[in-house]
Amino acid sequence: MEKKVYFRGIALPYLLLLPQIIVTGLFFFWPAAQAVRQSFLREDAFGLSSQFVGFENFTDVLSDPTWLDSAFRTLLFSSSVAILALASALFLAVQADKHIRGANTYKTLLIWPYAVAPAIAAVLWLFMFHPNIGIFGRALNAMGIPWNYKLNGDQAMLLIILAAAWKQVSYNFIFFLAGLQSIPKSVLEAAAIDGARPMRRFWTVVFPLLSPTAFFLLVVNLVYAFFDTFGIIHSLTQGGPGKATETLIYRVYTDGVMNLNFGSSAAQSVILMILVIVLTMVQFRYVERKVHY
Amino acid sequence: MLRRTLGKAVLAAPLAAPLAAPALAQGGPIEISFWHGLAQPLGGLLEEIATEFNASQPRFRVVSSFRGSYPETMVAAIAGFRSATAPHIVQMFEVGTGTMMAAGRAIKPLHELLRETGVTIPFDDYLPAVRGYYSLADGRMMAMPFNSSTAVMFYNKDAFRRAGLNPDVAPKTWAELRAAATRLKAANVEIPVTTAWPTWTQIEQMSAIHNTPLATLDNGFGGLNAELRINNPLMVRHINALMEMGREGTFRWGGRDAAGDALFANGSSGMVFASSGARARFVRELPGGIANLGVAMLPYYDDVQGAPINSIIGGAAFWAMNRGPNATRSADENRGIAEFFAYLAQTRVVANWHTATGFLPVTKAAFEQVKTTGFYTQNPGADIPIEQLLRGGGQMTGSSRGIRLGGFVEIRTAMQEEMERALQGQQTAQQAMDNSVTRGNVVLRNFERTNRG
Repeated sequence: MEKKVYFRGIALPYLLLLPQIIVTGLFFFWPAAQAVRQSFLREDAFGLSSQFVGFENFTDVLSDPTWLDSAFRTLLFSSSVAILALASALFLAVQADKHIRGANTYKTLLIWPYAVAPAIAAVLWLFMFHPNIGIFGRALNAMGIPWNYKLNGDQAMLLIILAAAWKQVSYNFIFFLAGLQSIPKSVLEAAAIDGARPMRRFWTVVFPLLSPTAFFLLVVNLVYAFFDTFGIIHSLTQGGPGKATETLIYRVYTDGVMNLNFGSSAAQSVILMILVIVLTMVQFRYVERKVHY
Repeated sequence: MLRRTLGKAVLAAPLAAPLAAPALAQGGPIEISFWHGLAQPLGGLLEEIATEFNASQPRFRVVSSFRGSYPETMVAAIAGFRSATAPHIVQMFEVGTGTMMAAGRAIKPLHELLRETGVTIPFDDYLPAVRGYYSLADGRMMAMPFNSSTAVMFYNKDAFRRAGLNPDVAPKTWAELRAAATRLKAANVEIPVTTAWPTWTQIEQMSAIHNTPLATLDNGFGGLNAELRINNPLMVRHINALMEMGREGTFRWGGRDAAGDALFANGSSGMVFASSGARARFVRELPGGIANLGVAMLPYYDDVQGAPINSIIGGAAFWAMNRGPNATRSADENRGIAEFFAYLAQTRVVANWHTATGFLPVTKAAFEQVKTTGFYTQNPGADIPIEQLLRGGGQMTGSSRGIRLGGFVEIRTAMQEEMERALQGQQTAQQAMDNSVTRGNVVLRNFERTNRG
């Protein structure tokens, strides 16, 4: 006999769902709808005059070469951060998973950076790499490497990628370590008995079994690089020099909050929203096929 | 936050009601909300002035609150206006002046406020550069000037001595400055020249002291249809000079906004262009202290006809605001705002603020009074900014009165980015200025379009 739980009538299920619906509506759908509405308007800062301009904000944004540059830069930045954070976390997790003395200490230390707020992380990196104040910055210059991320766009990009990835390594590390520890030892022992060397065991047994974790982390990391790195960029480079470190999310902030250009900012948010929806769909459609649960 | 906003709305409601009975009779002074953007310790000093004003009379009570940095205060005031909870008075930095001027019924122009309340403020006594910045082309005041600064050059006397330069004589022209910078470099001074607020000191102030327009229509004073003009031979020549000095190692880009200050404060830079308000920090932090701190006027190109004249101001002014899109203030509230402004204009208040903070004494009377106290003998160089503002006899021109461009925050960012790209070697000085003009004009046209009528 199949056991089924069901509720009589429709009032109770909806009542139980209500809190979730209210919260989602209030904090997600309503602001999102506002953004969509605003993206079709052109307003002065004080809201004294507002005019419907159709898709003009969108065409302005999409035909702005500096916006397109920002879009490509964001893709470069996000993929670099994700790859760097995932690869180094995986490496560290594999090392920490081995039977080594003091493994618990390493694990604890590796988790620490996650507890640091992005803006504070950025200040830490600033103090290390400022060309005139930072220890490494000064050392690099003393060694004859002209380090000045305030003027050199590539160096600035490198710096924010490192800072952003460093911040995310801990999170990835925890998940990878948990994933590694849930792999049955008997499978690995069987592979070892069959004569597979450690590298082969890793790529043919461990990695495929880790793929659900890796896939989940890939999605999380890309979303992180897209949206949560604002604090790091704001404190370290403010999108400069030139526009070398201006990502799309940073640009939404400058156009909306600093430049009070609400229509354009809203249009950019809507485009960003669509972009992330598409990105996530692609991931789930194509990348997920390679994942074995 | 929410409670505070609601509280304000509830408070404001009875005040907005028609003045059937004198408000005073109901008991309690009338509250005047005042938002400012000065962090400690300056913010505290500012709030003290409000407290003194409250103690000086029983009718009004100014309630001050800190709203974050200048741009944050600006955004907060605009959001407040949109939700009908704007403060009575907001402190707005000079870059926001163009935006406020065009804000229509969001603001209460100062000349209107004074006319309606009958309060008088002796604006003839204000420094022309300060008065001009916040007035319409016909001279009517739009906002109440208070904490104004200007850009000056600070130099490290010890570094000058090490390079065999006379520590009591600062370079006056760019030719002299480059010669001095070369000597400083030869004497192993890490950064001979750097700058804070790069666009303000190197583009805006440069244009003003050389009597060269930054934009058409008297830098935007003449209307919203002004266009940028910084791709002129003088600016291109100057950016080129900075690029050359960068390659020679005599100039180093210190970063945006006030970031360059740090390079001078820690003693690694020989000369810096910075806000006169940075003086207090340098006195505290510069190795060698006040004895090591040289202050000089901004250098100029001596082959430019008519240069140098007065520089322009920075800092902030106080704007009276209406409460919301459909809500004006009562006569009593306006009276309170006007009286607070009149209080701020008192010589004693202006002089105290100047000596305590390093901002300018905005009135000549206050300048004279501070002179008699011997403050400038004990603090050499503290009077340089005022002398520089009065340079050229205080006869301001359309190019040296100030800047009145809408969306100027955004234009500054664009100029900053283009300068950075030029100094990286990604483009020429001409391209940098051309791009700034193109990008800036897009901002100006958008501003014009959304603020028409």
